[in-house]
Parts: sequence; structure tokens; C-alpha cells
Amino acid sequence: MSGWTKISGRAVALPQANVDTDQLIPARFMSAPRSDGYGPFLLHDVRQDQPDHVLNRYSHADVLVTRRNFGSGSSREAAVYALVDFGIKAVCAPSFGDIFASNAVNNGLLPARLTEDEIEALIDTLGQADAPATVDLSTGTATIGGQTLSFDLDPVWQQKLVNGWDDIDLTAQHNDEITKFRAARFAAHPWALPAT
Amino acid sequence: MTAPQTILAKLWAAHEIMQRDDGTSLLWVDRHLVHEGSHHAFAKLDSRGMKVAAPDLTFAVVDHYAPTRAGNVAADIRRMINTLGRNARAQGIRLFDLRDPGQGIVHVIGPEQGLTLPGLLINCGDSHTSTHGAFGALAFGVGATEVAHILATQTIWQKRPRVMRITVNGVLGSGVGAKDLALHWIAQLGADGARGHAIEYAGPAVEGLSMEGRLTLCNLSIEGGARLGLIAPDQVTFDYLRGRKFAPKGADWDQAIDDWSVLKTDEGAAFDREVTIDAAAIAPTVTWGTSPEDALPITGHVPDPAQLSGAKQEQARAALDYMGLNAGMPLESVAVDQVFIGSCTNGRIEDLRLAAKVLAGRKAKVPGLVSPGSAAVKKQAEAEGLAQIFTEAGLEWADSGCSMCVGMNGDRVDAGKRCASSTNRNFKGRQGRGARTHLMSPAMVAAAAVSGHLADVRPLLEGRS
Repeated sequence: MSGWTKISGRAVALPQANVDTDQLIPARFMSAPRSDGYGPFLLHDVRQDQPDHVLNRYSHADVLVTRRNFGSGSSREAAVYALVDFGIKAVCAPSFGDIFASNAVNNGLLPARLTEDEIEALIDTLGQADAPATVDLSTGTATIGGQTLSFDLDPVWQQKLVNGWDDIDLTAQHNDEITKFRAARFAAHPWALPAT
Repeated sequence: MTAPQTILAKLWAAHEIMQRDDGTSLLWVDRHLVHEGSHHAFAKLDSRGMKVAAPDLTFAVVDHYAPTRAGNVAADIRRMINTLGRNARAQGIRLFDLRDPGQGIVHVIGPEQGLTLPGLLINCGDSHTSTHGAFGALAFGVGATEVAHILATQTIWQKRPRVMRITVNGVLGSGVGAKDLALHWIAQLGADGARGHAIEYAGPAVEGLSMEGRLTLCNLSIEGGARLGLIAPDQVTFDYLRGRKFAPKGADWDQAIDDWSVLKTDEGAAFDREVTIDAAAIAPTVTWGTSPEDALPITGHVPDPAQLSGAKQEQARAALDYMGLNAGMPLESVAVDQVFIGSCTNGRIEDLRLAAKVLAGRKAKVPGLVSPGSAAVKKQAEAEGLAQIFTEAGLEWADSGCSMCVGMNGDRVDAGKRCASSTNRNFKGRQGRGARTHLMSPAMVAAAAVSGHLADVRPLLEGRS
């Protein structure tokens, strides 16, 4: 995965709370291989039911502004694949499901936390239209429709998004410690191994 | 003298291989449970030419896509099941496939097989992995990238969550159980009320729960946004585990009991947040909307959006529109089209006993499906005569799997249909596109079945012990 520092594009508002991962990608699409592309599955049912849905009208959106508890529910990383393959690079919300936020960062998608008031103001500004947006990881700011806001992001995640780190490579540096830990753990607590 | 510690701090310390300067810990994973949905992670491992680091600690089960009824299996479902089998065999992982007597929903068979133990760190690519915390295990769900990392290294990078204690005082009333308790606190704190936290459940009403009830409570931690749930192990825990297939035996068992007995929060340990609940104030609870936080006592009424403001009003309007409900209508007047009993939340033997207690000698007014949480639960329920009670009441008795909870294995609720369900999520489209889900306990599902509408189970339990 390649990292990024700054993106410029267009933002739209999805003024809903609790957009769970079942809505982001209905379960029936999750057996598809990733190489098929998950973009068409994003918010599939609501987009099909509402032809004028904001993501149908602005299919080139890069930044999504939405309400609290975005990405709650199922741990399905496919919800992030759907957003990323659709072209979304950052989601701004007051809060995210914990597992979703981890999955997002692991796929280069920024979960940017803004306050409820900031989000409501952006939703008012954007309305049903789109607006120019710039997101800068180095300064931790998002400029949407002319308003520049500082978002809350774990510094570890900031680094990961910028560098596009792969944890498996990072962890390989600790192989010796892991091997020793396993041996010590099961020597001290033999019950922790599955009985045979 | 060391400072008093929470159970979370003890579990964390026991699994921490190292900590980076930025505060992220590399944790050792004792058990990794995988299912059909883990195919992205296996593909990632394959693409790097890597093998599973600890196949002896990795267990695979067919559950999400498991067909529960006879008939043709769709090609994509069969492919998902076959892919898991192929990956498990290629990597030397123990597989519980459809014909295995140990098969079932991953969060049901973990405890049942004795794979879940106090003091272990357990991961699975499923948000309801919080279930296993009922044993005093550090158990949390992860996404596909993290599943691949665990397969490759048997470790996971994590920051320690904050810790919240929910203390439940008093005694739960008759007809009120762990499901009602969970929906009650989620309605109080919100579906993101515990975000970023590990929850420790404590107090007499929690200690008084059976192992099955504790599993239900911890299972639903994620629906309140928590990273994981925890209950200190005690005699109830030990009695449940003794003799289970993969649980320790002999001298290992004795040492385990010693180690597990100290897995409790020390007197005076600090929590980031404390919540206290009075068990006696909880009524049988049902959801009316499209988030688990939309829960109310069955004696209540559907909320009126006009009495709310701003984003909350919009949210309630959208929920009532999707659910096809009118503002202010009594919850007991909501007619249901069908019922479902099962899932990792409420598909265990005790859940089936409670539902059967309500259904015995009565007829369901609507169709319904009962899917036991595992093949072993199915066998036991048949031996106890519960299956017969369900079928005599007019409900369909099926095989085990995630079934109608996930809408990906052929068991679905049709668009516009309303289902009283013992599952965990009333999200839009969760049980099928356009499906309307009301969450409740299995006893309350049984009450809805025999009434034809949402109903208070308490009068139906009178005179039944």
C-alpha cells in the first residue's frame, strides 16, 4: 500500500448517524474477490433505491462528511474496500466504529474525527451539493468548502497513512522476541495450549 | 507494593511482547479463530508466499455461509465453504466443517470445545469476538488485514483501550435476562457509548448469570461500541470448562485454576469510566429502530420524532420510515410476520430452553425458524425434547450456523417483512434487503411467536417454572 500526505478533491455530505458496515456493503456481496473491485457495492441498496443519492450524483467524491458512529457493527473490511474502490480517501465524522477505523488506516483511508458542531456546520455548508476539499496529513487539517478544520487522529495512524506501512514487515523485525515469548508463555502456563 | 490493577491490565501485561515508544503494544495471540469470511486474509498471505505461523493455535469453522436447511446450495456459498476448507488443509489448521460434530457458530463452539479459556488472548475476524470475554479472556474482533497479520505472525499490534466498568446491582426480574440487560445499557449510553473502551461487567446481577447469559452480555459489547467485554472468571466459569475437549487436564487444569483465580480486578483499581445499573429497573426490552440503541421496555411506545430535535429527529424519522411504524404506537401492538431464534448472541442451549418454556403447549401464530448455535446444541436440544416443542408449536427446526442473523447463507427475511429476532443487529438490510428486525431475548421472540405481535413474555411465563 502506498502512503499519501495530501489530497485535493471534492467533498459531499451524508447526513446520517450510525452508518453501519452492513449498509456500507450488504453481506451478499462479500464473497467477491477483491480484484473484481468493490466500488459498485458501496451503500449499494440505498443507492439503488434512491437514484438521486448524493453518491450517485457525485460519483467522483473523495471526502465524505457524515455523522457519529460511522462504520459501526460488523468487522468486515469489505466496507473499507467499497469506500476505497469507490474513490473515497477520507471520511470526516465525530466518531467511528473502532474496528472500522483500524481497517480504514490499514487500507490508506483516513478516518478524520471532527467535533459534532464542526460536522453539523459542514453538513449545512455542503447541503446537497459538493465542494472543494483538501486534506493534509502533515498538518492534520481538512479544508472543506473554504473552512479549515483540525482533525483528531492518532499519531501512529498518521504515520501509517503517510508511510503506507505494512505491519507484517514491521513485525518481522521482532521475530526473535516473538519466538522467545511463545516458548516462555507455554512453559510457564502449559494450560494455555489447546489440550490434545 | 504494586498499584491495584484491573483485569484488563493483568491480561494486557500477560500478552505484551514489547511496547513501541508510541505506546502501541505487540501482543501474543493464544487462539486465532477463522471462518469463511477470512478468505481475503488467506489470499493476502498467499500473495506474499507466507505460511500460517501457528497452525496449532488456529482453528477454522464453517458458520457464516453454512446452509441450515436441505436443498440446493448456491454456487457462491459453496465456493466460500470450499475455499475455507482448502485454506485450512493447505495450512494444517483444524477445521470444523459442516459434517463435524463440533461444527457451529464460532462464538458458540469456542467455549463449547474448551478452546476459549480465562486468561487467553483470542482474535477472530468477526466483531462478536467480544463474546469470549465472558470467560475473562482478552477477546476482540479484527479486520482482514489484521487477520492476515495474525496468520503470519501470531501477534497483533494494539493500543490498550480505556476501561469502563458496568456494575449491575440487584437481581434481574423474572422473564428478564442478559439480552435485556445489554439492550438496556446500550439504549442508555448509545451505540457508540463505549467506543474506545474495554467493558468489565461486574456486580451481583452479572455474577448471578449463567455462562450462557454472560456470553450473551459480552457478545453485545460491540453493539455499544466497546472494543471488548470482560467478566472475571469464577466457579461458574470453571464448572463450565471442566472436561471440555480442548480444556486443560490433570496437573495443567490444577495450575490453570490457580492462574485463573487471580484474574480479577484488584480492590481500588481505577477505571476511566464507571456506570451503575439497577437490575430490578430493567423490563423485557425490544428495539424499534435500526440501531441497537433504539431499544425500549416492551411496555413502552414507539418514539415520536416530533418530540426530538435536530439530527436525532431526522434519525428517528428515517428509522420509523424504514421500519414501517407510526409514532406513539404501543410496542405491544406491532404485528410481526415471522420469528427467528438463534445466532452467536442467543443460540445456546439455555436460550433454547427459555424459548421452549414459553412455547410448550402453545402454537405460533406466525412462521419462524430456530437454528441452534452448534451441532452439539442441536443434539442436546433434541435429547431434551426442546426440538419437539419448537416443531409442535409450528416453528422450523434447522441446522446450526449464522443463519438469519447475517443474510448471506440463504436464510433471509424478505423485503418489508417484520421479524422478531434473537440476534444482535437491527441494521437496515441486515437480515435481508428491506427486512425489518426487532431485537429481543429468545423468550421474548417466543412470546411474539405465540402472540403474533411484540409481547411481554412475563404473563406467558406465569405458572411455568
